[in-house]
Amino acid sequence: MKLEGKKRIWSEFQKEIPDDHFFYVRSCIRQSFFPGSEQFFLKVLKEDLGKDIFEDPNHTTCTGIGYHGDVVQFDTIQTVVARHFALATEHGYKDVVISCVTSFGIYEEIIETWKHYPETLEKTRENLYKATGRVFDVPDSITHSSDIIYKFKDEIAAKAKFPLIDHVTGEPLRIVEHIGCHYSKMFPKYGVGGAEFPHVLIGMIEAWGGEVIDYPERRHCCGFGFRQYIVQANRGYSLSNSRKKFVSMQPYKPEAIIANCPGCTMFMDKWQYTIKEMDGMTYGQHGQGIPVLTYEELAGIVMGYNPWDLGLQYHNVQSEPLLDKMGIKYDQEEKYLTKDGKKLPVPKDLINA
Amino acid sequence: MHNKEKHIVIIGGGTAGCVAAGRLAREGYRISLIEKDKKPGGKINNWYQLFPDRRRSVEVTDYINKEIDHPLIDLMTGTELDKVKYKNGKFSISTGKSDLGQADAVLIATGFDLFDATRKEEYGYGIYDNVITSLDLENMFHSGDILTTKEEIPKRVGIVHCVGSRDEKVGNFHCSKVCCVTAVKQAIEIKEHIPDSEVFCFYMDMRMFGPYYEELYRESQEKWVVNYIRGKVSEVSENIEGRLVIKAEDTLLGKPIRMEVDMLVLMVGMQNAKAGLNLQDKFGIQTGVNGFFRIRDNHYGNNLSNVDGLFYAGTCTAPMNITDTISHARAAAVEITEYLSKN
Repeated sequence: MKLEGKKRIWSEFQKEIPDDHFFYVRSCIRQSFFPGSEQFFLKVLKEDLGKDIFEDPNHTTCTGIGYHGDVVQFDTIQTVVARHFALATEHGYKDVVISCVTSFGIYEEIIETWKHYPETLEKTRENLYKATGRVFDVPDSITHSSDIIYKFKDEIAAKAKFPLIDHVTGEPLRIVEHIGCHYSKMFPKYGVGGAEFPHVLIGMIEAWGGEVIDYPERRHCCGFGFRQYIVQANRGYSLSNSRKKFVSMQPYKPEAIIANCPGCTMFMDKWQYTIKEMDGMTYGQHGQGIPVLTYEELAGIVMGYNPWDLGLQYHNVQSEPLLDKMGIKYDQEEKYLTKDGKKLPVPKDLINA
Repeated sequence: MHNKEKHIVIIGGGTAGCVAAGRLAREGYRISLIEKDKKPGGKINNWYQLFPDRRRSVEVTDYINKEIDHPLIDLMTGTELDKVKYKNGKFSISTGKSDLGQADAVLIATGFDLFDATRKEEYGYGIYDNVITSLDLENMFHSGDILTTKEEIPKRVGIVHCVGSRDEKVGNFHCSKVCCVTAVKQAIEIKEHIPDSEVFCFYMDMRMFGPYYEELYRESQEKWVVNYIRGKVSEVSENIEGRLVIKAEDTLLGKPIRMEVDMLVLMVGMQNAKAGLNLQDKFGIQTGVNGFFRIRDNHYGNNLSNVDGLFYAGTCTAPMNITDTISHARAAAVEITEYLSKN
């Protein structure tokens, strides 16, 4: 494999990422399943990097799950997204940062539609005004939150307390990155590194000392696919796609999977549990599962944040094997304690627990 | 005016330019033949054997070299056109090296460029070690060794048709015509070199347009057991042993397929040459939607440009095989002769 070839592609797909003053929109899945990720993102940007990032509690779902599940019409989702833009406009923000890859793809699809069919923009303005009395400006930029972490990856590396290195052998940790189809497969020009060899997560992993695994099913969908998991009869299809990826990456002995998309993170984590329950199979080393982290969770442990503050205990596949490799100390007693010391119920049958 | 007093500048010393130069010189015209490379012949110099009869390409190169062996042809290799002035149907032309004086007619025969396979990122050319182009394979045939980068003999080879042709994503709607039969020829050559190998061609349509092409296609299946799968390869990756893993769809079976191969050959298509396109503004000539130079009439004016006195020959107007290129160049010579006899 020739790295130079990848570098050439990466150089062709570099997007303009704003430096400051962000309007942040959350992800339905991430704020429910990996709330530490979004909290970390906001904290790092505000406190460690000193950036202005604003979120409005009136922000809602983008309805993307309904849209891709064929129960929300395109006119409707355009109006919902236009309302988000109206919130940004009202607060004086022009650069929108999106926590969710699905939303990111939807925002791009809508803005591209408006560029190519200006009448749809005018119709959306009319729909939004009639429904809410709001007006909006189309943002100057649409950025995914991983783009922002990518932009500041070297600043994070400079603050690294636990680089992605096996603290015993000194070898780089082998990491699988998974980009999420809607990050750049729809519009390669909006993704850092394009669609085939996206660089956004690779850049982070390498900057923090790890080694990226390029395995045969790297580009394959995780199987999340809205119509796969929403329609119960199709869920086996979702599962089999994730399994295909696990089987393909297993020979490379990955220490962790870093995912870009809320759905991918959730399903690559939870389907490992399902597969283990179904046929007893795991795909990590020594009979363990492969921890699946968001890029913020990865950045957090690299920077020395408490893994339980980052919410790693809320995954199905527990991250202790990765933390141990990195030489990170953690307190098992604190794992299921709230900040005010109350005991949370301890989930059963977790992987790597 | 006597023919010898008339001067024709031909830009491009490949098959078309050389054949036209020979014809026009024999008509008694003075020819300046400009070639940017160090030797004439163009792309054919890179090819090993030619379809459909598998003759050695050097035989055609010899023919081309004989064509331009004429006292009225001034061959200028390593030379590119610099400046052009056009007034009253006459061209004043200079190269970076010299002033060619006034030309009574100009023939553009700048040929084609092969499609840059790195643009089809999903195939991983320039990234995965054993993804090569049809041209790379010709070079292997020249050297006599078909080997992977680990210097192993490939046991299973995939061939992908239409790389950069009939592909809206890269902006090329046109069919490059010759890639299908090139794939058939190269598949047979692989089987000749490595008899126990398996060869799989992934095609959209098999366009066997020329004489004896269909016969060659049939021979490849009956005698050489080349496998043809109707479907495009969607992505290529590499497994832990360094073998290529390809995903495709077999549209006749209606099933996705996944296969490991030791080598993947990309049949790169044809595009108008950059060197030719650089002449566009200098001469005020036009291109069609396919990016090749726009001919004045699709049926009876396919050597004529939109500029009086300026003519085209060969693959700068459309993808062509060697046979058609030679015919097109001879026709250009006839058009130029007719034009100069009237002016």
